[in-house]
Amino acid sequence: MKLIITIISAACISLTAITAAEPTVGTTLPNLNGLLPGAALPKTAGRVVLVDFWASWCAPCKASFPTMSRLQAKYASKGLVVIGIGVDENAKDYQTFAAKNKVGFTIAHDSKQQAAAFFNPPTMPSSYLVDRSGKIRHIHKGFKGAKTEAEYTKEIEELLAQ
Amino acid sequence: MPTQQPLTMKPFFHLLAAAMIFSLSSCSQQLVRVRPFERGNLAHPLMSGDRDTLLLAMTSHAYFSREASFGGGGVGGGGCGCN
Repeated sequence: MKLIITIISAACISLTAITAAEPTVGTTLPNLNGLLPGAALPKTAGRVVLVDFWASWCAPCKASFPTMSRLQAKYASKGLVVIGIGVDENAKDYQTFAAKNKVGFTIAHDSKQQAAAFFNPPTMPSSYLVDRSGKIRHIHKGFKGAKTEAEYTKEIEELLAQ
Repeated sequence: MPTQQPLTMKPFFHLLAAAMIFSLSSCSQQLVRVRPFERGNLAHPLMSGDRDTLLLAMTSHAYFSREASFGGGGVGGGGCGCN
């Protein structure tokens, strides 16, 4: 009996520890190629990276796409990389959505939700702005139109200047 | 006559019980909670309560008529049941 209780306690404590290890401001961006096997991702070393989590069923995510495309077009030459990670459980939903909505930045399907489970985005969409040294500097929860775009622009310009 | 456990075991069990309550309460939240990126099925239009306006209107009318004595769907009072 004691053994069973001890095993259950240990399992729960370790589970809590695993799920609590999500990235926050100041932590280093993990290797996305490892989390998204098979995805063709651009080089991120020495660049400012905007990692955005979206899903086909998420209306604000769709609303954020033109902003992401604009940011990519405006700042790509200065060293910005925008990566949109689609977290749809159903691959067909992702493919249909990606085919309908052409975007001006890299998108990748997190088919096994490994990246989503690691980042544990607090809302949909959520985005992580990473500086040239690979550290997460800003986390955006949700998308509020022009207000969020203005915040992105200010933060990206600051990070690109560093 | 019932045999008693040695007193030295009690703190151990108390400690285990406390650890279990603490850990289970925190891990159950992680297990049960549907995380934001897992809400694809919940966000499906079929999950909406008012996806069929005609059905909603009919259901509301039936509910209002049946529950008129309690004020139907939001009206305080009532009582005649004649809706």
